[in-house]
Amino acid sequence: MAVAYAPTTAPIARRALVSRLLEDERWLALALFLPTVIILGLFIAYPFVEGVVLAITNARVGVPGHFIGLSNFEKLWNDSIFRTAVWNTFWYTGVTTVFKLALGLWLALLLNRHFKGKALTRAFVLLPFIIPTVLSTFAWKWMFDPTFSVINWSLYRLGLIHGRINWLSDPDLAMISVIIVNVWRGVPFYAISLLAGLQTINPELQEAAAIDGARPWQRFWHVTWPLLLPVTMVVVLFSIIQTFADFQLVYVLTGGGPANATQLFATYAYQVGIGTGLLSEGAAISLAMFPVLLIVVIVQLLYIRRVETH
Amino acid sequence: MIEGARWRRWVFFYIPLGVFVVVLLFPFYWMMVTSVRPDSELYRPWMAPNYTPFWTLHPTLEHIQHLLAETMFSTWMWNTLFISTVATIISVFCGLLAGYALSRLNFPFAGSLGTGIFITYLVPQTLLFIPLSDIIRNFRLGDTPWALILTYPTFLIPFCTWLLMGYFKAIPRELEECARIDGATRWKAMVYIVFPVAVPGIMSAAIFAFTLSWNEFIYALVFLSSPAEKTVPVGVTSELIRGDVFFWGQLMAGALLGSIPVAIIYSFFVEYYVAGLTGSVKG
Repeated sequence: MAVAYAPTTAPIARRALVSRLLEDERWLALALFLPTVIILGLFIAYPFVEGVVLAITNARVGVPGHFIGLSNFEKLWNDSIFRTAVWNTFWYTGVTTVFKLALGLWLALLLNRHFKGKALTRAFVLLPFIIPTVLSTFAWKWMFDPTFSVINWSLYRLGLIHGRINWLSDPDLAMISVIIVNVWRGVPFYAISLLAGLQTINPELQEAAAIDGARPWQRFWHVTWPLLLPVTMVVVLFSIIQTFADFQLVYVLTGGGPANATQLFATYAYQVGIGTGLLSEGAAISLAMFPVLLIVVIVQLLYIRRVETH
Repeated sequence: MIEGARWRRWVFFYIPLGVFVVVLLFPFYWMMVTSVRPDSELYRPWMAPNYTPFWTLHPTLEHIQHLLAETMFSTWMWNTLFISTVATIISVFCGLLAGYALSRLNFPFAGSLGTGIFITYLVPQTLLFIPLSDIIRNFRLGDTPWALILTYPTFLIPFCTWLLMGYFKAIPRELEECARIDGATRWKAMVYIVFPVAVPGIMSAAIFAFTLSWNEFIYALVFLSSPAEKTVPVGVTSELIRGDVFFWGQLMAGALLGSIPVAIIYSFFVEYYVAGLTGSVKG
């Protein structure tokens, strides 16, 4: 009998042990975190370490490479294309963020009013954000085509231009075009997030200010804006990270050209690391983004702490 | 609602809102018109007197037919659907468990784990794509759907965790405590009592994660190489342009059809989507 019992009691005992362990908060937490930690460890932490290792070697695709210290970064420091990319990235991030915030806030304030078809309008307005960026960017690329451009046609008909405008092949205009598309894509995200923030503000505060004789602009500046600031900060910092590390929009519109006029960190890293196969140099370019991203993340964490403790 | 004379209402409300809506939606209209416009009209310079930008008198389905018959577009659609679905399931599952642990359990390093997950939420794909491409190659996952199914959760799990954690915090603890008093184990209280209440949050997380995977570009561009394995965004970018020639009719048809699945899901679940979006930034 004992022989027959042994195989059946062992799993039961094990199951009892498992359920007793899961009653303990620490073991349960460990079990719940296991899948997340495995995936994030394998595909975030490990690549990060691997990236640092790559950046201090001279590896290429299929060639393991050996330790060369900081020469990759030294090389970047003297690389005029890299410098252009750094400048472009900061410019691109700064300009688009200002426009996205201003226009997004404006749109949020418009959508915060009561009017017929509000829900439908809100749903449509968010479309640029949810439609795959690459696909909508192709529509813009086609709209910017110098020979067939509908934008040129409209401006010409309105009497604003006389000849054709080469949106994507003129270095200055190319950057403006890329900025326009980024703002177009980003405004809905700002607007809908800020709208959610606006909706948490008690309308009685507005009314109280109005009774006290505050004009609409004063009401916005002294009542709405301070209350909206926490949401705005989070949205802006989040968007700065995404814009700073942007790739797909520029990749589709200009590929970083003409003459590197729209080259960003990510497009240059792609061009060097994947395009020419210089893995270690590409990894170094990507990693060069890290200090800036880190600062933004730290600001964001500190800000969230401060808001939570207050 | 809006004080003042009627003209003020137009100047400060209807006209600005109208301009916003038109500008934000115009590219999609342009996509639609282009995908049904015959080539003879498509390649007519804007200076030509008979250039009719906003409509076409001879709509045609030939671009869409060519796209479906001559390219691998439908394969890309299936690939994207498969990858996005599996990546979403994995991410929501992981995010559900981790979000529950962060919002309910006391354990050592809870704070630093939460911060760690928040930081990975902010890691952009472009920071790690080069070392990751090396790792994918070493794991022999290159050019398979698994290269994306396993890497997309890296940006989806933190998002799902964050969103669901906020959701769990709003569910009263008493609900669980009642079940525990009735003799349910922690595990059972979690699975049978808390998770069902969190279904709207799970929906938001899933819908958001799905659209994010559908949109992902750089990992798909770098990790996949054979045309039959590609996703829609990468396939459209790399396979519909031959040499330097852009087949705009086909490209726009591809962009339009490739957007439809997310647009449909979005239109059915707008409220969940907006809840996910705003939940993700509020934290």
